[in-house]
Amino acid sequence: MAHPAPLTTMRLDRPGPDQLGFDQLAAGLAPSAAAAEPVVLADRPTGTVIRVGDAVAKAHPETADVEALAARVATAAHPALAGILLPPLPPATVARLADGRAATLWPYGTPVDPDDVPWEAVGTLLARLHATDLGPLGPLPPAGWPARAAEALARLRATETDPAHAPARSAVERILCAPPPPFPAPGAAVLCHGDFHLGQLVSHPAGSGSWRLIDVDELGLGDPAWDLARPAAWFAAGLLPPADWHRLLGAYRAAAPGWGGADPWALLDGPARVMTAQAAARALVRAAESGRSPSDEDEALLISCLRIVALP
Amino acid sequence: MQCPKCRAPMHTFTRSGVQIEQCSGCRGLFLDYGELEHITQLESQWAPQQHAAPPPPPAGQPYPAGGPAWGAPHGGHHGGHHGHHGHHRRGGLSGLFFSS
Repeated sequence: MAHPAPLTTMRLDRPGPDQLGFDQLAAGLAPSAAAAEPVVLADRPTGTVIRVGDAVAKAHPETADVEALAARVATAAHPALAGILLPPLPPATVARLADGRAATLWPYGTPVDPDDVPWEAVGTLLARLHATDLGPLGPLPPAGWPARAAEALARLRATETDPAHAPARSAVERILCAPPPPFPAPGAAVLCHGDFHLGQLVSHPAGSGSWRLIDVDELGLGDPAWDLARPAAWFAAGLLPPADWHRLLGAYRAAAPGWGGADPWALLDGPARVMTAQAAARALVRAAESGRSPSDEDEALLISCLRIVALP
Repeated sequence: MQCPKCRAPMHTFTRSGVQIEQCSGCRGLFLDYGELEHITQLESQWAPQQHAAPPPPPAGQPYPAGGPAWGAPHGGHHGGHHGHHGHHRRGGLSGLFFSS
């Protein structure tokens, strides 16, 4: 098996994803990838993802906590998570790119078709993740949700937004400044994805219809309601049709008997509010930076925030 | 049929076995008598449909069973400038595919 060491000798004339060496990293570690052309799947502040044949290499942000990332990658490789989280390619460790960023290697899986979302699989996978026995796993960091909300608020506060959005902005800030929903006591926390959305699901082997959760960057211990909070927020905004939401929630509750009791919204309400405001905060920042009006979808989330603060 | 609120033509479509009229103008929805009950039943069972009961007109502003107090109306008439958000499946979920 190739060793990532040669990467450190690569020249970095211009730090583009193709020159950082992680396509070579992927090709070296996954023999099937050697002859394939690298394809950039995503290049965002949350990471750069490149596919090379059957392998996918992810460069994590400079700010990533490498020790926490290693614990998260090891969790994805643990047999207790087989069939739930997509396991990393061997040796399941965190490599370093020429520019110092942490990199991890994964098998390629096919993404969700937006017109054919496997809602039941989403619910079942999340319930199984949350039911994971923590005993055999090593120590885990907290799940990323609360930190992300704080980050969205900080971004918004540093951004000048259109005065026309002042009421929505003040609603968003009010929601994100409210005391966070009670977090489970240390003993009650479960394994959570920490950043669940529909891009965090792939079919592996590619196209098999056998779904796995991906992206362990925010994986950790927390309140399971947060993993459902993003779809819940889209449902509450009128964006996710009730039938789809109930396919997801029904499958989750079928696989997590007793969760939520008679009214799951008693558990979902707080996290869904924060998630709505978090997405709305990002929408306002996006609108300010692009100079474009918020999309219909963004506007629905902003209006949700207005409805939240209008409650007595 | 014409929208009782804005007079634009209404289109009929079926979702989860429930026949719904939607206004092409304000996007308001019209539910026949029994259809709300039908939807509520679907929601509480998370299961396939039965038959909707017939006639009389809808009474109030139905809200989803099992949603937050601040949730968007998912049924009944809800016009206004943001009524059009409610039922667009396409274009409404793109943010659910990314970190927000």
